[in-house]
Amino acid sequence: MSKLLGLKCRECGTEYELQATHVCEMCFGPLDVVYDQTALKKVVSRDRIEKGPKSMWRYRDLLPVEDSAEVVTLGEGMTPLVKADRLGAELGLRNLYLKNDSMNPTNSFKDRVVSVAISWARSNGFETIACASTGNLANAVAAYAARAGLECFVFIPVDLEPAKIISIGVFEPNMVAVRGNYDEVNRLCSQLVESTPWAFCNINIRPFYAEGSKTLTFETAEQLGWKLPDEIIIPIASGCQFVRHRQAAKELVDYGLVREDRVPKFTGAQALGCAPVYNAWNSDTPERVLPVKPDTIARSIAIGNPSDGMYVNRIARETGGVVEAVTEEEIVEAMRLLARTEGIFTETAGGVTIGVLKKLAKAGRWNGDEVVVAYVTGHGLKTADVLASANGHAKRVEIEPTLKSFREKVNI
Amino acid sequence: MPQFRIPGPLRRLSDGQVTVEVDATDLSTAIAALDARYPGFKDRLLDEKGELRQFVNVYLNDEDVRLGSGLNAKVGAKDEISIVPAVAGGRRRA
Repeated sequence: MSKLLGLKCRECGTEYELQATHVCEMCFGPLDVVYDQTALKKVVSRDRIEKGPKSMWRYRDLLPVEDSAEVVTLGEGMTPLVKADRLGAELGLRNLYLKNDSMNPTNSFKDRVVSVAISWARSNGFETIACASTGNLANAVAAYAARAGLECFVFIPVDLEPAKIISIGVFEPNMVAVRGNYDEVNRLCSQLVESTPWAFCNINIRPFYAEGSKTLTFETAEQLGWKLPDEIIIPIASGCQFVRHRQAAKELVDYGLVREDRVPKFTGAQALGCAPVYNAWNSDTPERVLPVKPDTIARSIAIGNPSDGMYVNRIARETGGVVEAVTEEEIVEAMRLLARTEGIFTETAGGVTIGVLKKLAKAGRWNGDEVVVAYVTGHGLKTADVLASANGHAKRVEIEPTLKSFREKVNI
Repeated sequence: MPQFRIPGPLRRLSDGQVTVEVDATDLSTAIAALDARYPGFKDRLLDEKGELRQFVNVYLNDEDVRLGSGLNAKVGAKDEISIVPAVAGGRRRA
């Protein structure tokens, strides 16, 4: 018996067979994977998970890949959850943790979703993997397609950061640079998907792909000693992972993996230069997210027309979280703050998350004892250019190779 | 006449047609004309208040109508109106 029952529309509940499709024919709502929870409850346990591999695949029972399928893995997941005492001290938080997902194989959170998506696609007979990407997804897709020996097409905006183009190109995917922004790339791909036999990770196989996000929250709870935190700060692009994190928290409760039945507050972080979800959050109609034209250095999360935006605002409200946004200067400041206090170099999207954490802390959101976790989702080398152009080496001095020169120029 | 481009999930309504021509001068009347020819489109595209559904993106010659005049957008003889499921954002660069 399969643990997977089918797909179901999140809006109108129409059910579909397991297949590569992502929108409901009735109402265009998104489709989610439905599991046989009764059967899984007999199997899933902390003990079984703890005996699993030291990767996110220890949660395989809760992922949409059949037991018989061979997974495509580079050892993604089980990234460090570090207690951030020095950053916490600056922000007045005594129980602040950082889930450092830049420690994944291609240095971003996307390895989780791609490992699931490509495993599903390969075991369902797809020979070509594709995606529309702001960079990190394309990087992961290209690497995992190489690992799996599958054909690969990545569609990226033409002006992507140079570091990202290099780290995608090394895997030799077919790279299609589209003269447009991410929203335009995504739209093109959603029209292409109808006329190609390809598995587009974030389009037609999105229901499976999205499920990989859950492992970030599963691991966070496990690493906290099977406890959910009080609040989680998550960067918002399409909003896809935000939705899965609440689902993950629910599953942890439903399967008895955590001790309490309290779901965390889920708080979203955006850059003001691309803040459609934040704008809606502050409007009279938070669930009506209007598209914007992105203009921010946080390009990996610069989605002007976020498909799951309305759900982000619903979940933030229902759980007691908020949606906050920061300026370009605050993003760079936050990247430096994180590096200076915790030794973690994150990309601009991580600067958005830490920037929002800081902004909320300074505004008095927490009394200081709450367990707060920030998801740091990508590595700083991906967007190093923003620091190079912003006085990135403030403490640099240049000297002659002599003691005299050292003593003259360096204060110790 | 202006022409609709119908996405896969809705082609069951249009007897499998990928493109459908309609006689209309704005988006609102275009949707009404589409629905008159192939009943069901109006319910799929518009909510109970008569606004575009959250999960439906409509592009007039590649321009997201929500960034412009919405349902009041004027349509001309050579215009193409694309219906795209919401997972795909999109708008041509200004």
